[in-house]
Amino acid sequence: MSTDNTTQPESFGENSRRALTNPLLQRALTIATVKATSARSVAVTHVGPANWEQLRDRAHAIKKHTIENLDFYLEKFAGNVERLGGKVYWAQTADDACKYVAELAQRRGVQEIVKSKSMMSEEIGLNHALEDAGIKPIETDLGEYIVQLANERPSHINMPAIHKTRSDVADLFAEKLGVERTEEIAEMTALARRVLRARFAEAQMGVTGVNYAIADTGTIVLVENEGNIRLTTSLPRIHVAIMGIEKVIPNLQDLDVFLLLLSRSASGQKMCSYVSLLTGARSSQDEEGPDEFHVVLVDNGRVEMLSDKQLRESLYCIRCGACLNVCPVYRKIGGHAYGWVYPGPIGAVLTPQMIGLDRATSLPFASSLCGACGDVCPVKIKLPDMLLHLRQRINDNGHIKTKARKRDRLERLSFKFWAMAMKTSRRYRYVACFGRLVQALIRKRNANGSVSLRVPQWSDTRDFPPLARRSFREQWRDRSH
Amino acid sequence: MKVSIFITCLVDQLYPQVGMAMANLLTRLRVEVTFNEEQTCCGQPAFNSGYHPEARSVAEQMLRLFARELESTDYIVAPSGSCVTMIRKYPELFADNAELKLQAEYVRQRLYELSHFLVEVLGVEDVGSEFEGRVTYHDSCHLLRELGVSRPPRKLINAVRGVEFVELDDAEVCCGFGGTFSVKHPEISAAIAAEKVACIERSRADAVVACDASCLMQIGGMLSRKGSAIRTLHLAELLASPVSK
Ligand code: SF4
Repeated sequence: MSTDNTTQPESFGENSRRALTNPLLQRALTIATVKATSARSVAVTHVGPANWEQLRDRAHAIKKHTIENLDFYLEKFAGNVERLGGKVYWAQTADDACKYVAELAQRRGVQEIVKSKSMMSEEIGLNHALEDAGIKPIETDLGEYIVQLANERPSHINMPAIHKTRSDVADLFAEKLGVERTEEIAEMTALARRVLRARFAEAQMGVTGVNYAIADTGTIVLVENEGNIRLTTSLPRIHVAIMGIEKVIPNLQDLDVFLLLLSRSASGQKMCSYVSLLTGARSSQDEEGPDEFHVVLVDNGRVEMLSDKQLRESLYCIRCGACLNVCPVYRKIGGHAYGWVYPGPIGAVLTPQMIGLDRATSLPFASSLCGACGDVCPVKIKLPDMLLHLRQRINDNGHIKTKARKRDRLERLSFKFWAMAMKTSRRYRYVACFGRLVQALIRKRNANGSVSLRVPQWSDTRDFPPLARRSFREQWRDRSH
Repeated sequence: MKVSIFITCLVDQLYPQVGMAMANLLTRLRVEVTFNEEQTCCGQPAFNSGYHPEARSVAEQMLRLFARELESTDYIVAPSGSCVTMIRKYPELFADNAELKLQAEYVRQRLYELSHFLVEVLGVEDVGSEFEGRVTYHDSCHLLRELGVSRPPRKLINAVRGVEFVELDDAEVCCGFGGTFSVKHPEISAAIAAEKVACIERSRADAVVACDASCLMQIGGMLSRKGSAIRTLHLAELLASPVSK
């Protein structure tokens, strides 16, 4: 994972300011998120809002049931994978998972690995670990390939290069691939394809994520649009699939619901171009496919999340990205500002759980709580409630004293004072009177002649209205007498 | 019918004309209006900032006040979808106190945001008002997504004599206020507001209407900073002036 130190969750303020002043990023974000959200809405209209709600309820119920019985379904899934000639590795931490993949590659003499897009791979920092072990990972999803060439990290769950414009990519290709610069999309994709095809032909090992793992059959399901997953899982001799333990679902019938929801939520597509169901290693009757099939089941904090009643639902996420696309904050600052792997509303919920509350105190506050995320989430994760809950948890943890929190010490005091003032209407009136007295000190005249107040953290960007000369309660009293 | 009005702290202190407009409107519709001067704030600022003990202490006295009010009145009505949403969360906030929780559930059933109350409870869409001009409407987040109210305000606006109603692009997208978010992340908040204001300008409306003073403060603050002539109006203000005979 190419992390430059400037983008950490705790430098969210600076990260987002940088994003806001980057006009190209602003354009790229608007175009992509508007396109995805409107396509999603059209898709939902086609399904019918009532049917859509039913699907969401069903998906939520399946996830709830599976997550609450995760040990059972995981054992079943793992048992089936092994029965069908696959290998299962239980990785407790990110390091365990990386080590398993790197050592396997080393043992088999693999020098180059083709990879398909996988958020889990980002989460555990697999590319980095492979490079350290002297193995070259090659991203084969076009967006991921771009991001890898640029030595960056994805800024969206399923549109990794959303922060890049066409012209950015043209520059990048010209520089890194040593070709003549072109902005023709067809030419650029053809170029990437040429480069990647050669890698596919030679690679000994393919690494993918997993969208769903079917407990009943030991099948892993992968969805994509580019066909690179098909190649990653069929050409190399060894296929390693890495998955979070929450990806398991009970049976094939359940898959239907998720396939209906996922692509529509992500991009408005009725169905992704390729849906691969892969079951076990290649058997003697199979004509093609890898000889070795490994599944890495990654915990990396998920068991702990599972035991957390308030936040458990975050394990229901199917990584559709809809909550990012619809989030007014994400739309303005993009994914890198969140400073870790998962951006947007779901990122603001996952990151503090995965890297520690004290390392991501800014994220749960990076939301206007507009509720749009919860409304679009295909598995009905109550994202706003969780953000609220995390805010409370951060405040309750008085020992968390990071730089970002220091600024908030004053806030805590203000709310103590506020609560005292709001406790009785008499105190409330006193405070209001006081406010009216001091506002004379911060009054200013606007360009259009009206009056506003200079309020810190507000007035740099907007006008703040003065307190009314007479409050409602005063006016009401006059009226009643 | 008797209604006790809840005048949110923002309306009380910054936009008293909204409260007066609401009271006058209800009176005009033959509703008996009372206002309990002991009220302060619903507790939302602290609750949404993650200060639950503080929110609880303020909310508790408001809950008791609302429950008392409902002994002599039929409904509580407020000119804010956001504060109504907060009060609707009281049962959850007082989940560990059986008595308060019960009270909260009772209050919740009798509590309405203004537009919702007019259309659902009073059954009026045409309140006999007049306004000359092109008007657009911004859905405030909590009213739309937590309370599910999107048609009533539109019906009410459409019925106003002289109004040319125009739908706003991305009407349901947040204005970027978000309570303390607006001061914690002022640049992001303002950038979101700028998008909203661009849509409003594109609508070529004379006035933008919303059902929450907080959104109007944000949108109005941005419009004013840009020196725009577009007015911000709370729904109550739009509905305030009766048709001149
Ligand atoms: S939280 Fe919901 S909307 Fe967001 S990515 Fe996950 S499944 Fe999609």
